[in-house]
Amino acid sequence: MHSTLSPGRRAYDIGARILLYLSAGLTCGLLVFLIGYICVRGIPGISVQLLTTAGSVLRGTVGIFPAIQNTLFVIVVSLIVALPLGVGAAIYLTEYARNRRLVAVIEFATETLAGIPSIIYALVGVIVFCTALRLQKALLAGALTLVIMNLPTIVRSTQESLKTVPQSYREGALGLGSGKWHMIRTVVLPSSIDGIVTGCILAIGRVVGESAVLMYTAGLSTAAQDFSSLAGMMKASGATLTVALYHYAKENADFAVAFSIATILLILTVAINLSASLVGKKLKRS
Amino acid sequence: MKQAVLSAGRVFGLKAGTPPRPRSLKRVSGRALERMMQLLFVLCGLVAVGFVLLIIVYLVLSGIPAIRKIGLLDFLFGRTWAVGQDQYGILPLILTSVYGTAGAIVLGVPIGFFTAVFLSKVAPKPLVNLVRPAVSLLAGIPSVVYGLVGMCVLVPALRSWLNLPAGDSLLAATIVLAVMILPSIINLSETALEAVPREYEEASLALGATELETYFRVSAPAAKSGIAAAVVLGIGRAIGEAMAIMMVAGNVANMPALTQSVRFLTTGISIELNYSQDGSLQRQALFSIGLVLFLFIMLINAFLNLVLKRDKEG
Repeated sequence: MHSTLSPGRRAYDIGARILLYLSAGLTCGLLVFLIGYICVRGIPGISVQLLTTAGSVLRGTVGIFPAIQNTLFVIVVSLIVALPLGVGAAIYLTEYARNRRLVAVIEFATETLAGIPSIIYALVGVIVFCTALRLQKALLAGALTLVIMNLPTIVRSTQESLKTVPQSYREGALGLGSGKWHMIRTVVLPSSIDGIVTGCILAIGRVVGESAVLMYTAGLSTAAQDFSSLAGMMKASGATLTVALYHYAKENADFAVAFSIATILLILTVAINLSASLVGKKLKRS
Repeated sequence: MKQAVLSAGRVFGLKAGTPPRPRSLKRVSGRALERMMQLLFVLCGLVAVGFVLLIIVYLVLSGIPAIRKIGLLDFLFGRTWAVGQDQYGILPLILTSVYGTAGAIVLGVPIGFFTAVFLSKVAPKPLVNLVRPAVSLLAGIPSVVYGLVGMCVLVPALRSWLNLPAGDSLLAATIVLAVMILPSIINLSETALEAVPREYEEASLALGATELETYFRVSAPAAKSGIAAAVVLGIGRAIGEAMAIMMVAGNVANMPALTQSVRFLTTGISIELNYSQDGSLQRQALFSIGLVLFLFIMLINAFLNLVLKRDKEG
């Protein structure tokens, strides 16, 4: 077929093909370079000491254990608050809502929240949680700010999977005399658990990758925090992994540690993506 | 009162219940539980609306005072941002954000679009299964990691290639932004291209067009609103990014020039937020920048919704 093409068309065809391959190659090359570069500079610095101790100026050691702890704390607290709210909102939107205008308003609000950049959330966190609610600069304030940020993610993925629950399940449950809440609790939620889990994983991914919000609401300290008591948790203030990375790279110019943290973040991102796609696949199959 | 409760119930989709049957106590408490849960879910739904209102109210309340003191025109069109001299003009910041975003779009959209065409039309299945996770990995990498690599690779490279005194520049930030918006552009364009009916392409092929001609002259125009949405989403991403470009842009509030150290709207906030004093004019001006940025984002989102809506109708 190609032999009958005019030279101009053949040139177009070949040129376009080259462009496509170049662009795709560039995208992949970029990723390979990023991963390779980060790992080459980061892996040598990863040691047991780095991962399991707090840094000490006296002994001249560096450790990011507090940053790991802070990250986990922020993840747990923000999920504990955002999960019920998000799932509840999704249940209302798909199961209860009859007023179309209200649904449109809520969906518009969720979309707006999803589109707001994190530096604005940082400002809001500073005014609302740190100042107005007097939490000061604390991990708790950061986690609560992230609740607002993560709400759309959880609402959306829960809603998606609630929509895939067959209507006949609901009719069956209601036909057997179940109340609406009983039906939701025993029939609808269990069959959409995959979507909820996916939402959680995505939300965890956002928390792990977030830096702007936490830098201004949760603090910069890389010292160990006290998580043993409730009062300690309320007051704990420090850097998560991303903020610690920024701190080491920009303020201390300690690039070895920064790249080690980047490697850890990369591994976490891969793990999060993998588990999200695994759960997603399971969702598709069922 | 009862009337009001009933009509409120109708708004939220509550149905006026049938009169309770007092015979079975369990039934009654069950019904109360149903009501309670329903109310709870309504509240959860309204929480998102509440958050949006909270953000708007607080941003406006804390953004207005500085604009009042400085003067709207002096604030928006002032060419110098100098905290020491109490001069707060954000024109350089606005222009930098606009130029940086435009540059990122110019660099990122063609590459992203071509990659999307490659993924959805040309690439063999095994390759797609390899590249697609790669793209979502690119999307998931935290922005500080992009900033770090930009700082250690891109900035020194630009310095030596272009013989600059320092590589921290608008150019470096633009390249980092282009890389960061790439995944969203690829994903959205790919979805749009996948949705083009196969018949269109078959018809074009049957008329003697080559595959590539078909993809660019039939599939791409058919997917144009989805691709437009990808571009608008990319603009939103780029204009809102702070941390990565804070690490490569140099952060001096110059008027934008490609090889100059510059400050974006986002980095204008982030660079001074931790150092400004509570209640000072400087801190208030930062919130005003936030308000301006928020207005930008809302405009872009409104535009995105418009594009997507047209997409649904078209």
